[in-house]
Amino acid sequence: MRTNRITPWLYVGPAVFLLFFFLVYPSINSAYISFFNYNSEKFIGIKNYLYCFTNEIMLTSFRNNALWVIVFVPTTVFVGLIIAILVDRVKYESIVKSIIFMPMAISFVGAGIIWKFVYAYRPAMSAQAGILNAIRSFFQLEPLPWLIIRPWLNNFCLIMVGVWTVTGFCMVVLSASYKNIPRELLEAARIDGATEFKIFWKIILPLMKPTLVVVATTMTINVLKVFGIVYVMTNGNFDTDVIANRMYKEMFMFRNYGRASAIACILLVLIIPMIIINIKRFKEQEAIR
Amino acid sequence: MTKKLIPIFSRGTLHLVIIAVALIWILPSIGLLVTSFRSPADVAASGWWTVFEHPFNFTCYTLENYQEVIVKIGIGRAFLNTLLITIPATIIPILIASFAAYAFAWMEFPGRRFLFVILVGLLVVPLQMTLIPILRIFNKLGLAGTFPGIWFAHTGYGLPLIIYLLYNFISGLPSELFDSSSIDGATSFQIFTKIVMPLSLPALASVTIFQFLWVWNDLLVALIYLGGTPDVAPLTVRISALVGSYGQDWELLTAAAFVSMALPLVLFLGLQRYFVKGILAGSVKG
Repeated sequence: MRTNRITPWLYVGPAVFLLFFFLVYPSINSAYISFFNYNSEKFIGIKNYLYCFTNEIMLTSFRNNALWVIVFVPTTVFVGLIIAILVDRVKYESIVKSIIFMPMAISFVGAGIIWKFVYAYRPAMSAQAGILNAIRSFFQLEPLPWLIIRPWLNNFCLIMVGVWTVTGFCMVVLSASYKNIPRELLEAARIDGATEFKIFWKIILPLMKPTLVVVATTMTINVLKVFGIVYVMTNGNFDTDVIANRMYKEMFMFRNYGRASAIACILLVLIIPMIIINIKRFKEQEAIR
Repeated sequence: MTKKLIPIFSRGTLHLVIIAVALIWILPSIGLLVTSFRSPADVAASGWWTVFEHPFNFTCYTLENYQEVIVKIGIGRAFLNTLLITIPATIIPILIASFAAYAFAWMEFPGRRFLFVILVGLLVVPLQMTLIPILRIFNKLGLAGTFPGIWFAHTGYGLPLIIYLLYNFISGLPSELFDSSSIDGATSFQIFTKIVMPLSLPALASVTIFQFLWVWNDLLVALIYLGGTPDVAPLTVRISALVGSYGQDWELLTAAAFVSMALPLVLFLGLQRYFVKGILAGSVKG
C-alpha cells in the first residue's frame, strides 16, 4: 500500500516507543547495573556474577531450574501428545480436552492453592484434608509432608503443579498438528501390517517434529521463568528455590539491585538460544510467504 | 474405521485411560470448589470427598466462607482492583498493537523488517530484565503503586505478542482489498477502521482473551509495581498473602481462590474457540 513518509510512523510510533521504553531500554540498563553494587553507585566488576555462581542457595536454585527443565518439558510434551492422540479416537473428545485445557485459565496463585490443598498434611492420627494423604491413609501408609521432604519429592510435587497447568497447551497445539496428518497415510501403514507402536515412531513422530520442537522450546522458556507456583507454595523454602524467585528476593527483600540484575541477566542468557530459534523460525516463515 | 486400529489397547482400556486422566485433571479443582462451601468445623473433621457419601444432603453447605473472604478479608475490594487493572490493560495495548500490526503488514517504511525482527526477539525476553529500571522510573514519576503505572507496564509487556498475532492475521488478508480501496480514494485510516478492523474481529477476540487472562492472572508485575496495599492490590497479590496468614484455614483459602478463578473460567469456557485459534497462530509468550 502506498503512503507518504510520515504516515507509517504515526501507526507504529506509539508501539515502537513503548517497546523501547518498557523492554529494550530497561534490558540494556539491567545488564549495565548488574556490574554495580546494591544501589548502583559503585562499579564492582563481576562480583555479582561470582556471587551467583558460588552462593549455595543460588546453586540450589540453578539445580532446581535444571530439574524443572529436565522433568517438566518432556512430561508436558509427552503427556500432551499422548492425550491428543488418544482422545482423537473417542466421541467425547471435546469434553476431555476442555477439562485438560481448563487450568490454562487459572492463575499460578489459584493453581498453587488448589495443589497445596491436594498436598495438605496433618499428623497420622487426625483426619486428612489433602486427598493424597487420605489415599495413603486408606492403604495404611503414613501421611507424607509432600512439600517439605527435600530435595526430590518436594521439587517433584511443585513440578507436577506446573505440568497440570500447562499440559493442556501442549495438547491443543499437538492435537491440531496430529489432525493435519492425512488419515490415508496411517490407514495405508496399518493395511501394510505396521503395528500402532511402529506407526507412532516411524510416521506420527517424524511428521510432527516441527511442532514438537516449537512446543518444547516454548515450554523451556516458560519453565526457566517459573515463579508464581514456587512463590505461593513454598516461597523457595526446603531447597525448592528457583532463579526467578531469587531475583525477586534480591530485589524486594534484600534491596540488592546489582545482584538482582545479575540474576536477571543469567536468566536472559539461558533463554537466548530460544530467542535465536524463534527469530530463525520467523525468517523461515517469511521466506515461505 | 478407527474401531479396528488399536491392537495394543482394547476399546475398553482406551476409555478407562482417558477417563482416569480426565478425573486426575479435574479432581483437584472439584476439591477446591466443594471445600469453599463447607463449614470450618466440617473441614477440620473430614475430607471434602466425604460429601459424596450423602450427595443429596445440601444442608452441609454454607456461603459464610465467601461472606468472610469477600467482606472481612477484603477479597471483594481486590476483585474490584483486578477489574480496574485488567480492563484498561487489555484495551490499551490491543488498540496500539492494531495500528502497529497494520503498518507492519501493509506499509513500506525504512527499518520495518529490522524493527519486526527485534519484536520477535522481544517476545521471549524475560520480564525480570526490565523490573528494576522501570520501577526506578516509576518511583521518580510517581507511577509506582498506581493503576496508570501498571496499565502502561502491561501495555509494554503485552505488545510484542499482540502485535505478532495480529500481524500474522492482518498480513494474511488478500492484497486486492488494499489496492481497490486505495484506488477508490480511501485513506489509510479509513481502510484501517472500515475494512481491516472489522475483518480482524476473530483475531482481535483471540488477543483479547489472551491479554485479559494474562493480566488477570499476573502476579509478578503487580507485586513489583503495585505492592500489597489493600486499595490497589489485585486478587493474585492478596491471595498469595493469605496463604501466609491463613495457611491452614482451607475453607477460606479455597473460597478466595475460587473468587479469583470464576470470571476467567467462564470467559475461557465461553470463548475457548478463539483462545485455541490464538494459540495455534503461534504463541510463544510465557
